[in-house]
Amino acid sequence: MAFLKAFGAWLPARRVSNEEIAARVGCDAAWIRTVSGIEERRFAGDEETVAQMAVNAARDCLDRAGGVAASGLGMILVSSGSAERRFPGPAASVAHGLGLAGVPAIDLPIASAGSLFGLALAAQLTPAYGNVLVVASEKMSPLALREPVDRNVAVLFGDGAGACLVAPGDGAGRIVDSALYSDGAFAADLELAFDQPIRMNGLSVILQASRKLPRAIADLLAANGRTAAEVDAFLLHQANRNLLVKLAQALQAPESRFPSNIARYGNTSSASLLIVAAEWSASAGFRSGVPVVMAAFGAGFHWGAILVEG
Amino acid sequence: MAHRDKIHDILRQVSGKEIAAGPEESLFDSGALDSFMLPDLVGALEQEFSIRIPDSDLNPRKFESVARIEDYLATRL
Repeated sequence: MAFLKAFGAWLPARRVSNEEIAARVGCDAAWIRTVSGIEERRFAGDEETVAQMAVNAARDCLDRAGGVAASGLGMILVSSGSAERRFPGPAASVAHGLGLAGVPAIDLPIASAGSLFGLALAAQLTPAYGNVLVVASEKMSPLALREPVDRNVAVLFGDGAGACLVAPGDGAGRIVDSALYSDGAFAADLELAFDQPIRMNGLSVILQASRKLPRAIADLLAANGRTAAEVDAFLLHQANRNLLVKLAQALQAPESRFPSNIARYGNTSSASLLIVAAEWSASAGFRSGVPVVMAAFGAGFHWGAILVEG
Repeated sequence: MAHRDKIHDILRQVSGKEIAAGPEESLFDSGALDSFMLPDLVGALEQEFSIRIPDSDLNPRKFESVARIEDYLATRL
């Protein structure tokens, strides 16, 4: 069995308001709020790299796990779609930053859904490797603002990192089941080519996500004899506030069960799932026997859901 | 043309307004539909015409105008 022992998060200090980003990309600040629910986001400084933010989130996670030492980790999985270089990816640097040498560290270059895939993989790997630390770190701001700027993309993204310790023995939540999916037919609808700005066909992404994600969640719940009405919290990738509302409607679940921080952080791609989970676990958390769903959808397309029980 | 009235009814329901766009005019560019209304449009078409639209057909261009929606439905009905 695999358990979620603790979450962690780290956000850069610099807040970037809608007014600031609107002036930079030439749009109306109120329009950003209307189309996304975002009010501000965080931008990392030059020294705040993907790897460094990941290390900061990892340390926060290990602290929240009751002071688990980095030396107690058997494997690290690092998700990022915004790593600064083609290779090596940030995973080895994150392990090094935690003072580890020799512990396997694997990169998951999966934007948006990478942390979800990491958790599902960690659940399978933890019986063999012991404690598996899943980290997601994204420095989206320089990519979203690459010239030529697409304001529909540039206004959405922020920087940050999240982490989750997956352990074999015990933890706050037990991973009951997961379902992962990929479909490359629409890969060009959300992509980041080398030295290019992010290119997004928002119509396609929202359409696909609105259909695929509720179905993945509903199928996972049904396969485990659960219903959406029983779920305490739906912890979802924070892509867009309007999409979260649409998913709540599709699942016929109250919006209040969809914790959201997108107003404060924007879309932090694969980090967002773990950041929102870290905030939720600090304020609410798992209740014994009560299901919680984690889910994400992103470029690829890759998507899926995980069922956890307290 | 066969389903134009029904399509207009659905568009009115989904968007909450009268659709002034011509049959060939983009519903997206004209502001009649936005990205969050498109999934509702697809769902309403499925319900109204008793069809299941597969994920592989979820290309926004297929639903970009009244004429394109008519063309798509003609392949499914």
